[in-house]
Amino acid sequence: MRNILEVRHLCAGFPTLKGEAVAVNDVSLTVPEGKIVGLVGESGCGKSMTARAVMGLIRYPGRVISGSILLDGRELVGMPKKEKRALRGSEMSMIFQEPMTSLNPVMKVGRQVEEAIRIHEKVTAEEAARRSVEILTKVGVPEAKKRCLCYPHQLSGGLRQRVMIAMAMILGPRLLIADEPTTALDVTVEAQILQLMRTLSSGGTGILLISHDLGVIAQLCDHVYVMYAGRIVESADVNELFDRPLHPYTRGLLNSVRSLRGGGDVLDTIPGAVPNLTRMPAGCGFSPRCPERCDECVMDVPGLVDMGNGHLVRCRPAEGEEAK
Amino acid sequence: MSGFLLEGKDLTKEFPAGGNKTVHAVSNVSLGLNEGETLGLVGESGCGKSTLGRMMIRALKPTSGEVFFRGRSLTAMSDREFAAVRRRFQMIFQDPYASLNPRMTVRSLIAEPLETHRICSGKKETTEKVLELMDAVGVPGDFLYRYPHQFSGGQRQRIGIARAIAQSPEVIVCDEPVSALDVSVRNQILNLLSDLRKTRGLTYLFISHDLSVVRHISDRVCVMFLGKICESGPTEEIWSSPAHPYTSFLLRAVPKADPKRRTDASALLTGEIPSPIDPPAGCRFHTRCPYAGKICAQEEPPLRTWGERTVACHFPLNR
Amino acid sequence: MIKKRAFPEKEKVFRPGDEQLPEPDGFRTVLRRLAGENKLAVVSAAVILLFVLAAVLAPVLTPYTEKDMDLRHRLSPPSPEHLFGTDEGGRDILTRMLFGSRVSLLIGVVPSLVSMLLGAALGIVSGYAGGKTDAVIMRLADLMLAFPSMLLAMVIMYTLGGGLMNIFLTLSLVNWAGVARVVRSETLRIIKTEYVEAARITGVAGIRIMLCHVLPNCIPTMLVLFTLNIPASILTESSLSFLGLGIQPPDASWGLMVNTGRQFLYSAPWLSLIPSAAIMAIVLAFNFLGDGLADVLDPYRKNQ
Repeated sequence: MRNILEVRHLCAGFPTLKGEAVAVNDVSLTVPEGKIVGLVGESGCGKSMTARAVMGLIRYPGRVISGSILLDGRELVGMPKKEKRALRGSEMSMIFQEPMTSLNPVMKVGRQVEEAIRIHEKVTAEEAARRSVEILTKVGVPEAKKRCLCYPHQLSGGLRQRVMIAMAMILGPRLLIADEPTTALDVTVEAQILQLMRTLSSGGTGILLISHDLGVIAQLCDHVYVMYAGRIVESADVNELFDRPLHPYTRGLLNSVRSLRGGGDVLDTIPGAVPNLTRMPAGCGFSPRCPERCDECVMDVPGLVDMGNGHLVRCRPAEGEEAK
Repeated sequence: MSGFLLEGKDLTKEFPAGGNKTVHAVSNVSLGLNEGETLGLVGESGCGKSTLGRMMIRALKPTSGEVFFRGRSLTAMSDREFAAVRRRFQMIFQDPYASLNPRMTVRSLIAEPLETHRICSGKKETTEKVLELMDAVGVPGDFLYRYPHQFSGGQRQRIGIARAIAQSPEVIVCDEPVSALDVSVRNQILNLLSDLRKTRGLTYLFISHDLSVVRHISDRVCVMFLGKICESGPTEEIWSSPAHPYTSFLLRAVPKADPKRRTDASALLTGEIPSPIDPPAGCRFHTRCPYAGKICAQEEPPLRTWGERTVACHFPLNR
Repeated sequence: MIKKRAFPEKEKVFRPGDEQLPEPDGFRTVLRRLAGENKLAVVSAAVILLFVLAAVLAPVLTPYTEKDMDLRHRLSPPSPEHLFGTDEGGRDILTRMLFGSRVSLLIGVVPSLVSMLLGAALGIVSGYAGGKTDAVIMRLADLMLAFPSMLLAMVIMYTLGGGLMNIFLTLSLVNWAGVARVVRSETLRIIKTEYVEAARITGVAGIRIMLCHVLPNCIPTMLVLFTLNIPASILTESSLSFLGLGIQPPDASWGLMVNTGRQFLYSAPWLSLIPSAAIMAIVLAFNFLGDGLADVLDPYRKNQ
């Protein structure tokens, strides 16, 4: 199976008053063709920054510091802006959390969907309109022809997200990055959108799904990367990860979710809060909150170690435990 | 059906929506809170759960209907009479970034209810009490003169909670109190809320769209759809045998954190939530309901009650 | 064993019941922060102080008075005897600048301050109360804004007569409406926030909500309006003087000097350039000081 996206040792950050804050630290990940790869983490862990780095959409003054991003074998880091722009939309595209703010409120939906074709291909207006109706129907917008004439505010949240997906998919990109695509949606609509994403991936598109919701990840993904404080701390096949989480952070997250099953007992928690980027602890980023922390953990950052089955983990105590 | 600590009867709220249109946010809803319990109010966005929550503590005036607190009508009280019982009610908000004034220190934020209700005499006593409250919610006392933006989301929500319990209220409306928080912090706040309920004898009206959170914290649950309560009853009973089709779909749609139990397409509701400006006639859910019959489009379903449960459906499930 | 990690800046943990309680930032800390963070604001404050001192000490600083005419030395360029030269009546410009600053500083600052306070008070009440109160105040403001402000000022000055107090009154009346409009829209934004709703649910009195929640969040806007109104007031006064309604020669004000100097712009440019430069300096100084104050009062900027 071909890898659509390969990110190798990516570092990205932005300057602050106290020097450069490294928001994405030595991140490597791959998205194969037709698979859905999950990137889980909490706010400020660097998952959105990773996505923006791939798209070449990091906001100034942030920048990619080092590393390489290969889209279907082509290096994106250092690629001239013009070439990268040609790839956006046609080869890779992205959908965002809030479908209301990512659509232009004063432009009809149809025109916004067509825009990508008009920019990237030389087609007639009728052809562009025909194809936009086609893609809207495909992503499950009922009465697509009529909806093309609506403005975004006339559509419900679920429909807006479908329109966003249609815009992203209209040129048939090989890679789709979905940044919290269902967070702003209601449960019943969320389930519909998740179903749609499954259909897209079975059509061959590689999807990088970014989410903080382990439920969404478990429902959708084939492979999962867990991110904390700018680093990948664990990576495994989805079944493997949910059956045998190795990193204390992953375990903590899973316990937090799984203990919510009614009964009103005291819930499992992870003590403390996510560290601030400018005040990162020395050593392992999770060590101040970790129940299994040892002296070495606060000294330096452990490496990613393969524990078999392609299950990678970045944690000393976990390595030791497995060895026993 | 008396003996409720706080009871809303036939509450209706309509907002003008420009032109001659009205938003029917809440229509003829009744609900009651027993002393010391947590009542969960679940529903999707725009179903009127926040509006209902605010009406229950007179933060919003209902278009019609009445609210009773210990048998006395809150809605019939004059502003002056209400001022005397206002202390009994508080609210915790969803967004700990927006619900704390950015230009006030933690001390003045938490002290505001104390000063408003003249609970402490003198500055020193107030500061002491504020420190006590900060301790109770787990915010270190040396952050007394910090500003809200210097805290993480979880800490801020703790400050919001300290503020809410400062005046020793009896009923707290929690409006999506953990929705804006990270997973790893969310449970800390839920535990804190449970603890405070036990130690301070609080009664919660817990509004959330997150079903697993509601399941954990609530003794009883009301499920709302488009301005109406479609089902209510003890939490575990509803989870094990939902009677309203909407409840059943809602429960099945929650993405489970288990890759071996993926939701199949058959469990999905089709379509979108109708607009509250022009709600469907009859049962408001009938446009999306696969079990709907002819009668559903014509007649509003009556409330059926058995045991502690009620359901508003012509064809309830699991009965 | 594992060492427990704590925030490095944590010195003492206060617990309820402690004898010594943490102290809030005092006035001095705020001043020190202003001085430490914003050098420009400090320089500006010094400039303003210098102008004020010069105005107060005017008689000591110059051998002439602002009314001394010397017709032999009309329109003479800057020289050792007349540092800034003389005007068309042979009056020493430096002296006139010094005495004029007494009037102009007051005219710049007092009406701007009054109109800011009046406008903010009316704007907040209007936005908070809504309904009839809002309608009445806003129609009044619209009325003020609809009139050309010069015309309005002329009418008021004409009815009331000249004199410093009447100029203050006139300029304050001319400017409050704009402030009220802007502050009202700020208020409408602020009272929709959750923290105001939280205060209402707590039962906080309306007056306290206005003072503790709305007002502090309006201050940055108010400071900007204040600094914008200073040059406007100084210049309006000069126009009034030009029309014979404000300060009259041989009394001096900067605005008046700019205006009369205009006729000699080619032959004796210093006549209007020097007072213009002074107006610019004082406006910039207030601007930078205002910015600095807004920064220091902004909690987001603190401790970063």
